[in-house]
Amino acid sequence: MGIFDFYLLETIINGVLFGGVLALLALGLNLVFGVIDVIWIAYAEIVMVGMYIIYYLNVVLGWPLVFAALASILGVGVVGLLVHALIISPLLDTPPINQLLATGGLLFFLQSFATLIFGAEFRNLGLSMPILQFFELYISFSRLLAFGTALVGMIALYLFLTRTYIGTAIRAVAQDREIMSLMGVNTRKVYLITSAVGGGMAGLAAILLVLQQDVHPFIGYTFGPITFMICVMGGLGNLLGGFLAAFIMSQIISIGSFYVSTELAYVIAFILFIAVMFIRPEGLFQRRA
Amino acid sequence: MKRWLPYGCIALLAVVPFAPVPLYYLHLAILILIMGLICTGWSLMGKFGLVSLGHGGFMGIAVYPMALLWNHYGLTPWLGAPIGVGLAVLLGVLIGYPAFRFRVVGHYFALITLALGEVVRLSIIAARELTGGSLGMTPLRVQPITDVSWYAVQFTDKRYFYVIALVAWLGGLWAWRLVNRSMARSALEAISEDEVAAASVGIHVTSQKLRITLLSAAMTGLGAIMLGQYNQYLNPNSLSGISISLEIVFASIVGGMYTMLGPTIGALITIVFRESLRAYFGATLTGMAETIYGLLLILFIIFMPRGLWGFVVARFAHPTGDTSRLEVAATR
Amino acid sequence: MLTLRDVSAGYGSFQALFEISLEVSAGEAVAVIGPNGAGKTTLLRVISGQLPILSGSITLQGRSLLGLPAHRFIEEGIAHCPENRRLFPRMTVEDNLRMGAFIPTARRHFAERLDWVYALFPRLRERRGQLAGTLSGGEQQMCALGRALMSHPKLLLLDEPSAGLAPVLVMQVFDLVRRIRAEGFTVLIVEQNIQQALELVDRAYLLEVGKVKLSGTAGELKNNQFLRQAYMGL
Repeated sequence: MGIFDFYLLETIINGVLFGGVLALLALGLNLVFGVIDVIWIAYAEIVMVGMYIIYYLNVVLGWPLVFAALASILGVGVVGLLVHALIISPLLDTPPINQLLATGGLLFFLQSFATLIFGAEFRNLGLSMPILQFFELYISFSRLLAFGTALVGMIALYLFLTRTYIGTAIRAVAQDREIMSLMGVNTRKVYLITSAVGGGMAGLAAILLVLQQDVHPFIGYTFGPITFMICVMGGLGNLLGGFLAAFIMSQIISIGSFYVSTELAYVIAFILFIAVMFIRPEGLFQRRA
Repeated sequence: MKRWLPYGCIALLAVVPFAPVPLYYLHLAILILIMGLICTGWSLMGKFGLVSLGHGGFMGIAVYPMALLWNHYGLTPWLGAPIGVGLAVLLGVLIGYPAFRFRVVGHYFALITLALGEVVRLSIIAARELTGGSLGMTPLRVQPITDVSWYAVQFTDKRYFYVIALVAWLGGLWAWRLVNRSMARSALEAISEDEVAAASVGIHVTSQKLRITLLSAAMTGLGAIMLGQYNQYLNPNSLSGISISLEIVFASIVGGMYTMLGPTIGALITIVFRESLRAYFGATLTGMAETIYGLLLILFIIFMPRGLWGFVVARFAHPTGDTSRLEVAATR
Repeated sequence: MLTLRDVSAGYGSFQALFEISLEVSAGEAVAVIGPNGAGKTTLLRVISGQLPILSGSITLQGRSLLGLPAHRFIEEGIAHCPENRRLFPRMTVEDNLRMGAFIPTARRHFAERLDWVYALFPRLRERRGQLAGTLSGGEQQMCALGRALMSHPKLLLLDEPSAGLAPVLVMQVFDLVRRIRAEGFTVLIVEQNIQQALELVDRAYLLEVGKVKLSGTAGELKNNQFLRQAYMGL
């Protein structure tokens, strides 16, 4: 095995691990998208809120990282709840595009609010995560951690959706919202819970992102678009599809960055997304109904 | 009297630069006219339910080739501009034809265009040897340096740009009016209400949507070209990608995309509002202006989906009856 | 048990029901029959709280149901099995039944109710892990009925349970409803198969353009000259 192949292998492995982060990012959005049928265009900025929460509690107030991380999950969960209660809910009976645009306003708001409070500087936790070495392969520990957490988050969400009444109701709403009241389900409440859980997943993703990169007010632009693409490609509300799409995209980006450049790798990924939308608008992994 | 009002306004706008207007205000007026043109272009699609989050893509693909052709081959922007606009239109075909053919609508159309805007932005950054990447690029000064070069479209005096921008903006409004008065409008309204039903009564959905998209792309591309030429600076993050795309969308919504002047009013509000808040808060509270702006956007969409100008028009111009159409359109 | 007095209702400016009065006693099976567009489905939607009424009163066992949010009606004991079954197609049979037992009082008895529904419709037990969207038409109707029964309602509303099924299956569905009746449930059924419906129920109401045109016991209506001529072609 030549040295070149080793680098390629490392790239592929890192791609898989990066896929875990993307999958986790897509998870919360997918849930909200699939169940409430709204796109939080500000989703990446909501993740950013979690990153700033951790930064503020850990670095400024000196909380232990674990507590700061838990606060991120809870805090962003509350943000999700508020987004639904204050922005989406008044717009539920208007055209779906209005909901998307209103959360676009939220995007501007969160970006500039972060600038207002923390300034435009790049902030980080000042942690240096170890690099693991397996023979001649170097793997970033934070990525490995992110991958593991993504798996755990997925499984937890899966169990919640399949093993609890409210989780079953959340899946049911995504399939037929009009008859939910016949089941005695208060759709409003299901939406609020879904938004809170979606927010909580964003808070979880924030933990993993803040371990590997600096946070700044415009960080959402770096991973926001790819997250939307993954959700749609996987098929709305299809958690497994979203997971697979995350790994396809992450491999394209990882290997593309290796052979050409990061930007062109993203260009390829986005063009693939556009093509998929033309050929299979219901997503790559959705059974045609 | 009412018939002469528009002409009076145009005449007034035309003489503005020859009055003793402070340069800063002239600068704002130029930006407003150019953004007004771009937003008017966006609204042509937006008001028929084609919500694009990727108009930045049309901007980038139009302005960069023009500037590169000038820098490397000395090609005058008078030729570079049509080439750039042509490329924007071509991009419109590439994305619009399959999208409309395969009936990609609503959220999905928005996301596809979002991806498109990013593709253009990232491609520009990737070609950093040519374009300077995210650091941006400057069109070369014309040699020998003169104050007025029509060949290079470089003027030290802002009033030249003002007149060019005014003419282009008026052209944009004229296009808007043509569409609004044509048969295409009723066809497009029918399509945005119910695509399948529209197709069933013989409306060619794909070609109608495509025509409006191409017009919109051309106007946006032209606006971008003027913006780059006026600023004498091109940056992929402000001339393509998600950020500027969303700004266009929101200015149009704030002003009101269902009226002819709404998008321009939106551009005016956005620019004046930000500039004055910036002046008010100064450098001490960076982000305050945009924070308030973001908050207002949310409130606008919830409480005034027709936009400010749309609201005014509905309230005062048609105090009886005729607002119903606007209401229907706005709540769709 | 269920009493409607002078109930009017509609959608926007379109009024679909005009001063309907109707009564269902405990243990009874009552049919609402009538042509397409007579307002039968609207009537059921009103009774299960899906559509607010314009005027009149609705009471269940003497308690007024007015002003109650739609999702509370099932807790009051009204289960509504909607038109076209409306199962959750990408969920298993058992998850569909679980949704039928969503309200807290039903959740507590989920296991035993599930056994009971499986005993009533053994076919569902065989299909328990299958996605509801992949069931045959008859099985889907079984699943929809089972889902509605999971809450042990005081009153079961059935909207055209035989619609869209092959003639053989129509007979089967009526047989299922008979089994449900035999369990002692009170049933209000909307049907277009007038003859078969009248074989099944104690009493019936004939609805025409939103008004009660005729009412009486099944026996009376079967011999009613107008009904026979206008709707049964006899």
